[in-house]
Amino acid sequence: MPHLDIIDLNASYGSVGVLKGVNLSVERGEVVSLVGPSGSGKSTLLRVLVGLTPPSGGRIVVDGTTIDYRSKSSLKAARDRMAIVFQQYNLFQNMDVMRNVTIAPVQIKGRQRAEVEADATKILARMGLADKHHSYPDQLSGGQQQRVALARALALKPEILLLDEVTSALDPELVNEVLDAIRALAAEGMTMLIVSHEMAFVKEVSSKVVMMDKGQVVEAGPPREIIDAPKTDRAKEFFGKILRH
Amino acid sequence: MERIIAQLPRFFSPENIYFLLQGMAMTLTLTIVGCVLGFLLAFIIVYVRQTPGWWAVPMRLVAIAYVEIFRRIPFLVVTYLVLFFIAAFVKQASVFVIALVAICIYSTAYTADIIRGGFESVARQQIEAATAMNFSRWQTLTKVIMPQSWPVILPPAIVFMVSFIKDTSLVSQVGVFELTFRGKELNNAGFSGVLVFGTIALLYFVMSYPLTRFGAWLEQRLAASRHHRPQRQLR
Amino acid sequence: MNYTFQFGVAFDVLPQLLEGAVLTFQMGVVTFAGGSILGLFFAALKTYGNRPLRGLAQAYVVFFTNTPALIQIYFLYFGLPEFGILWDNFVCVMIGLILNSGAYLTEIMRAGFLSVRATEMEAAEALGFNRLQQIRHVIVPHIAKTIYPALANFFIVILVMGTSIGAVVGVDELTGQAINLSTENYRWLEMFTVAAGLYVILTLVASIALALFGRWAFRVKAKVF
Ligand SMILES: Nc1ncnc2c1ncn2[C@@H]1O[C@H](COP(=O)(O)OP(=O)(O)OP(=O)(O)O)[C@@H](O)[C@H]1O
Ligand SMILES: [Mg+2]
Repeated sequence: MPHLDIIDLNASYGSVGVLKGVNLSVERGEVVSLVGPSGSGKSTLLRVLVGLTPPSGGRIVVDGTTIDYRSKSSLKAARDRMAIVFQQYNLFQNMDVMRNVTIAPVQIKGRQRAEVEADATKILARMGLADKHHSYPDQLSGGQQQRVALARALALKPEILLLDEVTSALDPELVNEVLDAIRALAAEGMTMLIVSHEMAFVKEVSSKVVMMDKGQVVEAGPPREIIDAPKTDRAKEFFGKILRH
Repeated sequence: MERIIAQLPRFFSPENIYFLLQGMAMTLTLTIVGCVLGFLLAFIIVYVRQTPGWWAVPMRLVAIAYVEIFRRIPFLVVTYLVLFFIAAFVKQASVFVIALVAICIYSTAYTADIIRGGFESVARQQIEAATAMNFSRWQTLTKVIMPQSWPVILPPAIVFMVSFIKDTSLVSQVGVFELTFRGKELNNAGFSGVLVFGTIALLYFVMSYPLTRFGAWLEQRLAASRHHRPQRQLR
Repeated sequence: MNYTFQFGVAFDVLPQLLEGAVLTFQMGVVTFAGGSILGLFFAALKTYGNRPLRGLAQAYVVFFTNTPALIQIYFLYFGLPEFGILWDNFVCVMIGLILNSGAYLTEIMRAGFLSVRATEMEAAEALGFNRLQQIRHVIVPHIAKTIYPALANFFIVILVMGTSIGAVVGVDELTGQAINLSTENYRWLEMFTVAAGLYVILTLVASIALALFGRWAFRVKAKVF
C-alpha cells in the first residue's frame, strides 16, 4: 500500500482548471521528485495536499485512509501527518527561530514545552543553526531561513514531508547547505514529495521522478529513465532545455 | 476688551479653575473609556466580518452594514438616537452612560476599518503557513496576525482617539458635564464669550496637541521597526 | 419595552426633512469650496513661503485641527459680539466650518504639492514645456490624481461631522430640522431615525458620485466603501 496515493486529482482557481486528473503515488520511505515547467501545477498539488487549495475532484489517500477535505477533523488529521515547506519559507516574522520551530508542537499539538525545546535544539543543531535560536527571520540569510523552515516542519514529526522548490530562492553557495539536510533525511527513510529544479540532486536523491505539464502527469518513473531517456516529446523538450544549462 | 480684563481675576478663581479641570477630566474619561471599549468591540466586528463560510453570510452582512451605516451618520445624531432610544426603552440612564454608549457606537464603526486594514496588511503566506500547521482561526489571529499588525493598527487608532477628544464636545448637547458644557455654563453666568471660549479652546488644545504629536511619533517609530527588529540583537 | 414606533409621523414631515437635507448638502459644498481655497493658500505658504509665512500657516493648521469646530463656532457666535461684530448663527457656522476645514485641507493639499517630484518637472522641461504649460499639463493633473481620494473622503467627513454642528446653534439643516420637528410632535426617536437614514442615503449617493467622477476624470480607483 502506498504511503501517499493521489488518484485522478482535480483542482482549479476560480474557473481555471490547474490540476486535471493527476495520478501519483509515494511508497513509505520513498523520495519522489516533481518536475515540470513553471505554471504546471506543482505548487498547487502540494497546496491541495495540506488543504490550502480545495480539490474539486479525485481522491487523496494517506496510509489507506481517504482524506475528506470538507471535513474539519479529516483535514486536521491530514495536516498532522503531512508537513509542507514553502518556496518562500513563510516563517512567522513576529517570532524568533526557537518559537517558530516550537509553537505548533507546543500550542497546537499540546506536547510538553521542555521536551519540544530539547527536540528543537537537536534539529536546529543538525541544520547548523545552533547559535541562531533567538534570531528573528529578518536577521537571517535566505539559506538560514530555509533551514529554519525545514526545522519547523521536522519539529512537527510528520510522516510525509512536502518540499516546494526549497532551493530556488537561494544563492548557489547556499543550495548545498539545504540539499545536504534533505539528503540526510532521505537516508533516514522519511517519505518525501519534492518539487525541484536541481536535476543532479533529483537524480541522486529520488527513487521516482514525476514530470508534470499543464496540470497533468506526463511521465513518471526512475530518474535515469525519465531524465536521461524521456519518451514523450514534451518531456524531451523540457529536459533538453534544463540540462543544457 | 476692558470688560474681559476686568473679569480676568474673577474668571480664574480657584473654583472656576477646579470646575474647568473637572470638565477636562470628564472629556478625557469619555474619550478614553469610549474609544477603548469601541476598539474592543471593533475587534469582534472584524472577526465576525472575516468569518469564512456561507453560514456566516448574515453575520458578515450585519458587521459590514454596522460599519457602513454608523460612519455615515453624524455623531450628534447618534448621540440623540441613543438618548431617545434609552428614553423610550430603558427609561432611565445617566447622561454619562448615554454619551459613553454613543461614543462606543461611533468609535467601533471607525476603528473597525483601521483594524481590518491592519489584519489585511499581514501577508497571506503567513496565514497559510499557520493554517497548514493546524492553527485554528483564533490561534492564527492571536499568535500570528495580531502580533504582526499592531504596528499598523495602533498609530491610526491613537490618532482617531485623539481626534475624538474634540468630537466629544458635542455630547454637551445632552447635558454631560464635560469641558464644553462647563464653558457654556460659565458663559451663561455672565463671563465674556471671548474669554470663556478662548480658554476652552486653549484647554482642548492642551489635551489634543501633545497626544497628536505622540501619535505621529509612534507612527514613525513603528513604521521603522516594521522593517528592522534590532532591539533583541543589540546587547 | 412598551414603546410603539409611529414612523407615519416622521414620514408626514418628510418634505421638511428633505429641505434640511438639501441645506446640509449646500452647506457641505460651500464649506468644502471655501475650505479648499483656504487650504490651497496655506498649503502654498507652507510649501513655498519663507520662514515667517510657513510659521503662520503651521500655526493656523495646528490651532484649528487641535480644537473642536463647535468651540470655534461658539467663539464666533458668543465672543465676537463683544467686539461689535454681530453675525447671525448661519454666518457664524459657515465661517467656523470653513476655517476649520481649511486647516485639514491645507494638510491634504500640501501632501499633493510635496508629491510632485523633481524628476517629473525635469522631464516636463526636457519636453520643452514652459512654466505655465508645466503647471497645466504636469503639476495640476498629478496633484489632482494624488489627493483626489483624500479630498473625496474629506467631503463626506464635512457632510457628516461638519454640517450637523450647525444644529447646535439653531441652523435648520437636516439635524436641526429633526430637532425642530420633533419638538412639535414629540416623536424624537422616529424623527432621528428617519434623519439618520437620510444622512446614510445622502452620503452614499455622494460617495458613489465622487468615486465615479474620480474614475472618469483622473482614473483613480476611489473606493466607495
Ligand atoms: N492564487 C492563484 N489564483 C489564480 N491562479 C493561480 C493561483 N496560484 C497559481 N495559479 C495558477 O495556477 C497554475 C499553476 O500554478 P502553480 O503555482 O501550481 O505552478 P508551479 O508548477 O508551482 O510553477 P512554478 O514552477 O513557477 O512555481 C498557474 O497557471 C498559475 O497561474
Ligand atoms: Mg511553484
